[in-house]
Parts: sequence; structure tokens; C-alpha cells
Amino acid sequence: MRFVIYHVGASGRESADDTQTPWGPTMPLALPEPDQVVMRQREAIVEDLRRLVAPGGIIGDEEGRRAYETDALTAYRRVPLAVALPTSTEEVSRLLRYCHANDIKVVARGAGTSLSGGALPAEDALVIAVSRMTRVLGIDTMNRTATVEVGITNLGISEAVKAQGFFYAPDPSSQLACTLAGNIGMNSGGAHCLKYGVTTNNVLGLKLVLMDGEVIDIGGRHLDAAGYDLMGLIVGSEGQLGIVTEATVRILRAPEGARPMLIGFNSSETAGRCVSAIIGAGIIPVAIEFMDKPAIQVCEAFAKAGYPTDAEALLIIEVEGSTEEIADLLNVIGGIAGRFAPSVLRISQSAEQSAAIWKGRKSAFGAIGRISDYYCMDGTIPLGKLGAVLVAISQICDKHGLKVANIFHAGDGNLHPLILYDANDEAEAERAEKAGEEILELCVTSGGCLTGEHGVGIEKRDLMRVQFTETDLAAQMRIKTVFDPKWLLNPAKVFPLDGRETALEAA
Amino acid sequence: MSVLSNMRPVDEREFARVLAEAAATGTPLEISGGGSKQSIGRPMQTSATVSAKAMRGITLYEPSEMVMSARAGTSLSQIESDLADHGQMLAFEPAELGPLMGGEPGQATIGGVFATNFSGARRVSIGAARDHLLGVRAINGRGEIFKSGGRVMKNVTGYDLCRGLSGSWGTLAVLSEVTFKVLPMPEDTATLVLLGLPDEFAVEALCSAMSSPFEVSGAVHLQAALAARLEHAGLSSQGKAVTALRVENFTKSVRYRTDRIKNLLKAYGDIHELDRDNSLLVWGELRRLSVLRGGEGPVWRISTAPAAGPKVVAAISAYMDCRAFYDWSGGLVWIEVLATTDAGAADVRRVIATHGGHTTLIHAAPEVRAAVEVFQPLEPGLERLSRKLKAAFDPAGILNPGRMYPGF
Ligand SMILES: Cc1cc2nc3c(=O)[nH]c(=O)nc-3n(C[C@H](O)[C@H](O)[C@H](O)COP(=O)(O)OP(=O)(O)OC[C@H]3O[C@@H](n4cnc5c(N)ncnc54)[C@H](O)[C@@H]3O)c2cc1C
Repeated sequence: MRFVIYHVGASGRESADDTQTPWGPTMPLALPEPDQVVMRQREAIVEDLRRLVAPGGIIGDEEGRRAYETDALTAYRRVPLAVALPTSTEEVSRLLRYCHANDIKVVARGAGTSLSGGALPAEDALVIAVSRMTRVLGIDTMNRTATVEVGITNLGISEAVKAQGFFYAPDPSSQLACTLAGNIGMNSGGAHCLKYGVTTNNVLGLKLVLMDGEVIDIGGRHLDAAGYDLMGLIVGSEGQLGIVTEATVRILRAPEGARPMLIGFNSSETAGRCVSAIIGAGIIPVAIEFMDKPAIQVCEAFAKAGYPTDAEALLIIEVEGSTEEIADLLNVIGGIAGRFAPSVLRISQSAEQSAAIWKGRKSAFGAIGRISDYYCMDGTIPLGKLGAVLVAISQICDKHGLKVANIFHAGDGNLHPLILYDANDEAEAERAEKAGEEILELCVTSGGCLTGEHGVGIEKRDLMRVQFTETDLAAQMRIKTVFDPKWLLNPAKVFPLDGRETALEAA
Repeated sequence: MSVLSNMRPVDEREFARVLAEAAATGTPLEISGGGSKQSIGRPMQTSATVSAKAMRGITLYEPSEMVMSARAGTSLSQIESDLADHGQMLAFEPAELGPLMGGEPGQATIGGVFATNFSGARRVSIGAARDHLLGVRAINGRGEIFKSGGRVMKNVTGYDLCRGLSGSWGTLAVLSEVTFKVLPMPEDTATLVLLGLPDEFAVEALCSAMSSPFEVSGAVHLQAALAARLEHAGLSSQGKAVTALRVENFTKSVRYRTDRIKNLLKAYGDIHELDRDNSLLVWGELRRLSVLRGGEGPVWRISTAPAAGPKVVAAISAYMDCRAFYDWSGGLVWIEVLATTDAGAADVRRVIATHGGHTTLIHAAPEVRAAVEVFQPLEPGLERLSRKLKAAFDPAGILNPGRMYPGF
């Protein structure tokens, strides 16, 4: 294995140390041919755009645009037509109205940490990045909501309500860098979603700008918005239905305390069975995270969290409550785990230890990225299949002569096998891609899905037919047409490029 | 149209054929499940009723994965009893509207539960029906069978039609099979009760308990007139408003947490406690909305920010005689008003417009429901999108046309 000290792509974002950009394989996914008419008018378009936003809000120069050429799936790069950094909903509306009138494609962007190429620009598209819209508009502890502009980072929301003892629950590992906008785009999850749900379960209201510039408000500080659940459709729609500018989210009172425990096992399969046993016993810990040996070793070297480096598999299980409740619950969980001959069973003894344990987990991608290029998978499987699927994953990677490190949200069956490979070796990159596809197909045939939280983007676009029939896809594409009849918003993503016409005609 | 009347296709394919034919002939259909919520919505002009009730059966249940799948016509009571056999439950406590609508209890189907997205008391802490839906199979108004989601807990593959179809009242597609998340029943339950609080204080107490770290799983307030209708004699005989908070957990935690909440709320007056058995009785009764039963008057269901609940009720009370049952720590208000030609719609809607939220006229005579908007009127932008969404799923307009909104 070649050791690479690797650097964050110059993608124009303040990237946290632990949200470094992995290299995806150089995959031959087709991207649509840019619209030459639009390309030829670039200069004039940039001039027009400058009139629509405050000074400094449009990036038109080559170098500036290049900073936005990719997201965290860095194998794909496209320098956009221009980049807009609006500071208000009105500006977003003006930009979209202009693009709509002139048939210019638009790619919405938060922090550009998407792992599926969701924020990848196109050469004929305007990138609208909401990263300057970061204001907290209101905190309402009585009603347990916060209203924010969506360019705020995920962690920024929790930080804004921390003084009042509250937090925002969904916690992607990239939370230091990623924005609420991107979380809404991808319906992102995190380690603590086992108990608190993912983004869609925590958003109460949205301000959305449609492609023609119309601004609509959905929901508010109340539960269950009126009429059709349009909010449910928008969350997870990968920037294809409109651009979200503000959101009202549910905030929760922080628990009295929380404490993780580490349980090491001699095989991944046993760890999987232990997870089923815990949940089967009626206990829902706030998080159950899994790492296999390669992941344990790399993360331990990085975070010095006290992970058992000789274990084949590790579970990080966290529970919440008062000191006594935590002790009781960890005791019960320890008892269940005891039936699976754990090699290590260790409860965090201090806030520092807990922080180190989570640092190791949340920086896992970054830590692995330091030693190798990797390709991150994101399938979900039924929990009961965990053991068998893990065996099959290692067989697939063996067959292709590749190493794999497994890190995932075990409680809800969301797998992140990281296929390690050398990006400079084209043949190896191709094998990594092939292995990835086989793993995702395995997830689907095991009763699961292609992506649990990272989204389809361009990465899984051409695999959609593994999971869906043409009728299933048509039902989804018609919704795109309802919101964006000209298909100008992030059009190269989510749906296979062929077969769109029929769905459109039918709409 | 007699051939079409009152059909009960036994499977998805047969249902799809019926819908395809109706689409081809432009025949508007009333889509029903168990019929427990049949009289909610605007009265429709349809040629026939097609019921999902014959598509029955639990198709998957994995207790250790907390997941169940069932055909849409499976009765809620069967699902809940199978779950109870394994110590599990539908955590969102689907509201039982049958009795309120003048029907029998236990008629609801699981498809209807998700198609209406009416959740009970635990919604405030654990989410709504829509939050527990993992996968659907459905038939659109073109007679096409499609699926979305799946059986796993996390899934962002493609657009989220599970949410999209939740609460669409059979106007976009007919659910044929649903897969949903289930949760373990708590080991223990206790209820803390405060008596005689005015609405404003009651909701303040509920909200401060909800803002504590003690995971309150139910927070309701009944005005005295409605509390008097509780079947639980210990509570109804007090002649006072009842404010109740539920804590569910392992027994030791229930003890600890109720003590802490008592301490937190001591300024609001004496706090009484109901044990597990009494708690189950009272919360079961609340779920059946029995305090609204028997009233002949129209019933509105209002969703607003919790702290706005009492203000909404006070404002409505200025226009008409009304009685309120607050759930979701004040954010869901059921109000019973006197029967008038418009059920007070103009005033109720004006109040909601001021305070934010939305409201549905749940119970009223057909001529009233025909004369006023039953569901919350939508802002023009939302209304346009909703109309287009309806047309995308059901271009011929055959599925429950006009049930939610006039014209689509
Ligand atoms: C190290 C690392 C760890 C990660 N860990 C997790 C994890 O634990 N869980 C998880 O779910 N994801 C994780 N991710 C993936 C990624 O961080 C999430 O998808 C995140 O939500 C993206 O946010 P962003 O602000 O970077 O959005 P971007 O990448 O900029 O955009 C994401 C998508 O949202 C759309 N979008 C952006 N802004 C808007 C808007 N205003 N309106 C509408 N659509 C918009 C974009 O078009 C794009 O399709 C991780 C990524 C990295 C690099």
C-alpha cells in the first residue's frame, strides 16, 4: 500500500481537519455535453449576474471558479460557468429568475462535502453557493425550534443553541464543515440518528426558491405542515427541486450526560449478532458504531482513543441520561455483549476519553485518507444480514485484490466500506469501482439500498436501475418536472441520463 | 356505473387494473381503507368506492430489526396485537378517529394510518406516522404500480415518496403495501397530573417539561369541560382542568425522571401521579379521542407552535363557544365548537392566519364540509405546486377528487 499524505482539494471551503477529501476512482460516468450557446455567452452572462447581487457576489475569473470545480468526490471536476455567493433569499430569487429566463443550468452548493458528486458543477451551469447565508434568525426554546439561514454549518446550529442547553440532533461526521443546506439536499444522517432520526425528521419549515424565482414557505414552527408533504419531497432531493435558503429545525434539550463504551470482538460477524441482540432486547442506544480491524488500527493511530487494536471488530455504543441511568444501561448492554465473548469491554471513564472515542470515529474517513486513497460506499442492509454481508464484502474485495476498511452506523444497518486503492494506478482504480458496484448490488439484493445517507449524486446515478424499475423512476422524475419543468436544477444527477424523455413526456 | 360500485380488489394487480380502467374512462373513485375516517374531508362526487380492505396480511416482521411490512388493508388492531406479542408498538400512536366520527373502534387500516398521517401523543417526542414509514408500494392514478424506500432504517436512494405520499389522503396514489419502523414498548410508564391550571400556565408547564432532559413522551391539557368527560373517574370527578405528562422508560428511570420533573414543575401546584395501569388507561382513552365523543358540535384539529396554542384558543373563544384539548405540549389543539352553518370556519381561519399553523375541520355535517374549506387553504405558490403534483400522479383526476381541495 502506497502511503499518501493527501491534501484537501482547492475547493474553496474551510475544511476541517477531519473532513478531508477522499479521492474517488476515475470513473467513466458520462456527463452531459455542455450547452455551447450558453458557454459562448459566458462573459455577458457574468456581467448580467453581477447586476443581480451585491458587489463581490459573483465569481467569474478562472481561478476563482476553479475553486468550486468539485466536491468530496474529487475524481470528477468541472469548472462552472460562474459562481454566485448570494446573501439573501431575494438575491437567490433574482439569480434563479434570470437563469430560468435564459435556460442556464444551476447547481446549488453548501460546503461541497458531498461524497456522491451531488455538488459537482457543470461547465454550462451557475453554481449558487449559500455559504454566505449563515445567520441565525431566531431561537425559540419554548417551542424548541431554531430558524436559520441554511449556509450555517451543521455544528453551527448546535453551537448557537448550546448556551440554552439545546442541540440539533443529526450529526454527520462532516458536521464541522457541512451546511444545513447540504444536509437538507442529501437528507444527511449521523452517528446519533439511531435515536433522533435523520434530517427529514428534524426539519419543520423551509423557505424554498423555485427555479422560476418564486419564493415559497413550507411549514413553520408547528408539527406536520399543511397539505401534501412537500417538505418531505424536498429534503433529500439533491438540489433538484429548488434552492432552500432558510429552515426551521427542531432543537432538543441536551441529555444530562452521555457516555460511550467500547466492545471488542474476535469477529465482525459476532459484533453484528451482538447489535441485533441489543436491539432485540428493546434497548435503543443513542449510537451503535462499528469498525473492523483495519479501521480500528488507523483510527487509533490518529486519535489515541484507546481502541483495542488487536480486536477484529469494535462497537462504540453510547447511551444517555443521568450518571446512574447511564451506569445501569451500560451494565445491561455489557451483560448482553458478554454472551458474545467480547475480547474487550471498556466504559469511558471521563469526558476526555469520551471525546477521544468520538474523535476517532468522526475522523475515521480523514484518518484513512492519510494512508490511502479510498472509495467510500454507503449502502444500507437489514441488520440481520450484517454478518453475511460483511463476509461477502471481504470476498468481493479479495477477488479484486483490494483491501477494505469497514466503518458504519451498525444500529441502522448503514454500511461504509472504504475500499482502499491507489488513485495513480488506473487499473486498480477501475477495480475499486467494480468492487464498489458489486458491494452496492449486494446491499440491494440483501434487501437494502444503494445509499443510506450520502445521496445518489452522479456516483450512483447509473446504478439506480439496480434498485428501481422504470415505473419507480418515472414516478420520481415526474416530481422533478413538477418543480422544475425545464430540468435546469442539477440535472446531471440522480437519474440515469437515458430514459428521461419518456418520463418527461408522460408528465 | 353499478359494476364499479363498492369494489374490494384482493391484490395490487387487480387494484391497478381497476384504476387503469377508471383512468381510461375518466371515472372518479372514492378510495377507502377501513372507512374509519371516511367522513373527513370534502364530500366528493364519485362514481364508485374502491376499498383497500381486502388487500390484507402482514408480509414481514423482524422484531430484532424493528421493522414490519403489511398490505395496506391490514387492520390496525391486528398489527398492534402482533406487535404487542413481541413487546413492540407503533411508536407514533396512531389516533383512533373511528369513535369520534360515530363509528366503531378498531376499523382503521394501516394504509389509512399513513395516508392520513394522524399521529397521537407520542408524536411530540418521537415523530409522526410519516417519520416511521420506511417503504411503500403504491398505485398511481394511471394504474401503475411503483415503489419507494425499502425495509431499511436509512435510505436516501432517490426522491422520498414515503414522505410525499404520507398525509395525501389517497389523492395521489393508493398505498398497497407499507413498511414501517416499530419500537419496543417501554418497560414502565407513569403520568404526572396537575389540576385546575388555566390554559396558558398549563402549556407553559408542558413546554418546560418538554424542554427538560427527561424525555417526556406525552404532554396534554384538557379544559375542565372536556376533562369531565374522561372515562377515568379519578380524573373526571375533579371538576377541574387536567394537565398530564407521561414518562416512559425502564422502571428505575421512570422513578428518577418523574421525581425530577415534579421538582421542575412544583411552582405550578400539587402534582399527582398515575401508576402504569392508570396511565395506560388514560393515554389509551386520549388516543381514542373519547373526550370529544358525544359532542354533537363540529371538531377542528389545529397544528400550531406549542406556545401559540392557548392564544389561538383564547382568540377563537372570543368569537364562539369552544372547548379545547391540547396535545403535543400545546402544538396540537382539538377544539369542539357549536354547530353553525360554517362551523366557525371564517373566524377559526382568521385566527390561524394570525398565529401561524394550519387547521382541518375533522367533524361536521356534510353540508358544512361542502360549504367551507375542510383542509387548510394553501398559499398560491403551494397550491400551484400541489395541483401540479396531483396531476403528475393522477392526470385523469380519478383518485378522491376534491377530497382535500376543491378542483383537484
Ligand atoms: C469526511 C466526511 C464525512 C462525512 N460524513 C457524513 C455522515 O456521517 N453522514 C452523512 O449523511 N454524510 C456525511 N458526509 C457527506 C456530506 O458531508 C453530506 O452529504 C453533507 O450534508 C453535505 O453538505 P454540504 O454543505 O457540503 O453540501 P454540498 O456537498 O455542497 O451539497 C450537497 C447536495 O445538496 C444540494 N444543495 C446544497 N445547497 C442546497 C440548497 N441551498 N438548496 C437545495 N439543495 C442544496 C447540492 O446541490 C448537493 O446535491 C461526509 C462527507 C465527508 C467528506
